[in-house]
Amino acid sequence: MSDLAVDREVDRSQMKVSDEVAIDIVNMNKWYGSFHVLRDINLTVNRGERIVIAGPSGSGKSTMIRCINRLEEHQSGKIVVDGTELTSDLKNIDKVRSEVGMCFQHFNLFPHLTILENCTLAPIWVRKVPRKEAVDTAMYFLEKVKIPEQANKYPGQLSGGQQQRVAIARSLCMRPRIMLFDEPTSALDPEMIKEVLDTMIELAQEGMTMLCVTHEMGFARQVANRVIFMDQGQIVEQNEPEEFFNNPRSERTKLFLSQILGH
Amino acid sequence: MSNTHADTVLFVRDTMLPQQEPPASTVGALGWAKANLFSGWFNTTLTILSALFILYLLSGLVPWFASPTWYAASLTECREILAGHEGACWGVIRERWLQLMFGFYPSELYWRPVLALVLLFVAVAPVLFADYVPSKLLGFTALYPFIAVWLLWGGTIWAPVMALLGFVVAFFVFRYASKQISPALALIAGVIAALLWWMVITPAITPDLSRLLPIGIEAVQSRQFGGFMLSITIGVTAIMCSLPIGILLALGRQSDLVLVKAICVGFIEFIRGVPLITLLFVASTLLNIFMPPGTNFDIILRVMIMVTLFASAYMAEVIRGGLAALPKGQYEGADSLGLDYWQSQRLIIMPQALKISIPGIVSTFIGVFKDTTLVSIISMFDPLGLSNAIRADTAWNGVYWELFIFIGAVFFIFCFSMSRYSMYLERKLQTGHR
Repeated sequence: MSDLAVDREVDRSQMKVSDEVAIDIVNMNKWYGSFHVLRDINLTVNRGERIVIAGPSGSGKSTMIRCINRLEEHQSGKIVVDGTELTSDLKNIDKVRSEVGMCFQHFNLFPHLTILENCTLAPIWVRKVPRKEAVDTAMYFLEKVKIPEQANKYPGQLSGGQQQRVAIARSLCMRPRIMLFDEPTSALDPEMIKEVLDTMIELAQEGMTMLCVTHEMGFARQVANRVIFMDQGQIVEQNEPEEFFNNPRSERTKLFLSQILGH
Repeated sequence: MSNTHADTVLFVRDTMLPQQEPPASTVGALGWAKANLFSGWFNTTLTILSALFILYLLSGLVPWFASPTWYAASLTECREILAGHEGACWGVIRERWLQLMFGFYPSELYWRPVLALVLLFVAVAPVLFADYVPSKLLGFTALYPFIAVWLLWGGTIWAPVMALLGFVVAFFVFRYASKQISPALALIAGVIAALLWWMVITPAITPDLSRLLPIGIEAVQSRQFGGFMLSITIGVTAIMCSLPIGILLALGRQSDLVLVKAICVGFIEFIRGVPLITLLFVASTLLNIFMPPGTNFDIILRVMIMVTLFASAYMAEVIRGGLAALPKGQYEGADSLGLDYWQSQRLIIMPQALKISIPGIVSTFIGVFKDTTLVSIISMFDPLGLSNAIRADTAWNGVYWELFIFIGAVFFIFCFSMSRYSMYLERKLQTGHR
């Protein structure tokens, strides 16, 4: 695995974890048909935490964070996001989704809209922000991810790394309080991984609450305050990054770390 | 040894190469002809043989088409002019082309369907060429159906006005109700209000209104409609209505609501499983049985409804294909931003699904337009039905090719225009990658 993030100075002064609970998951279970994908998940995330979730493929890590904005439905247990419990009530779901930003492995930009329209669409239609203001916000965040000059292009004309940074900007335009990242760098060439990780580090330095499924262990060491290891739909181990990497407790974690860090 | 190895493997470029022009023989008209027509002896032979074959065809067809029979008044006269040579008898087109266009519509009122056609182009312009035509014209587009119906059928102006007011009533009931109850219930309330307006209030006050304010133009009966006017009237209505209905059916088919899904699947499969001719027979004969006695439900309206339903079922499947081609990530992207179902359908899913489906949608449009000729079997005079009527005249008994070529040519112009427009639209909507 690439450790591209290692050689960077990360300013941790703004990364403060507060006592306020952002996400609370209690005894959550999920099945795909008869297959038990998530088993008894308990996780409390405080505001300002940067959590990296690692694990082999099929371990349920993506499914877990997708439950947090109900792209996946859980069958038992409780998920409370920012004080709103996720039930089948569509109003609550839309409320949570507009508070929680998400970035996907394949970016999921809207190819028929320009970069700027991608960023202004949700603020205008969901938040009912005036168009002018939405454009200003979008340009502000596009500056921030360092691609304001691409605003009038279409996603298909951008490189993968640029598209993922647009996706981050698009989420930020909704002014989310929590950001979810579902393997944001897995579909990118090595040269582009760095530019996306830089953007994410900047976001962490400003104190954003982040949950990130990733294989970038360098990023985990530098930015995360907690690393969660999942296997077979369960949380196997969680710890501070230093301890997690230097002194893993469970055999499963040791095996996993030796496999991904061993070369 | 190691020195030799380094000498053979090491390579360092000192200067980068500049860009060069391609060889002259591969560009321009000459290059094209060489690559596409004369590449190798086999293709050269094929090219020459094809050219000879085309020449042979033209040598037979051109004299037939260029026969000097434009002013002949009957088939016998044509034969006299041709004096034994093979040739077309174009006199029938000169004498009857107005009938092929308008059927038995009163000739002093021809200006009305012509005006309706011209206004049709004005009405569709802001939809088809949104880049060049101001969107203010969309208001006229919304009014056009009522104007067109009044121009074609004539009669009192109050009938189309009352029909239009029904939509206005539905809209205001919906807007008022949606503040009180859920949007779905408000929609139902709006539909009920409109139906009440049309079925109770309209019949009650229209006669009085027309007596008090007798504004109107001469009425034309549906039985007098015919020719391309009839085809275009039915075709355009079916095309305009089948797209929105098809979209709703396609969405309904994907719905989580079991009842909605069952109704949509049942409707689509039933309509697709039955030939259009059967539906037309139902429209022309059976439907009267179910109506209360004495109701006068216009035959063209019945046919329009049947053709529209038929086209909608096909449209729904074409659009479902477009929906299936969209990656799941697009739905998730829209969901994750907090867009609700209708917002994500309207802003994200449909624009892309419809774009993917453009070739299929236009094929369905073209198919529906040509299928309007089937109404001749329920004794309505579409162009093909009229060609039989024309042959019933002793002067033109035996004229087949000329009529069919003319009818075919007019249909071709319409269908080919639609096809070219769809290609223009596909190019316009191209944005790099899906």
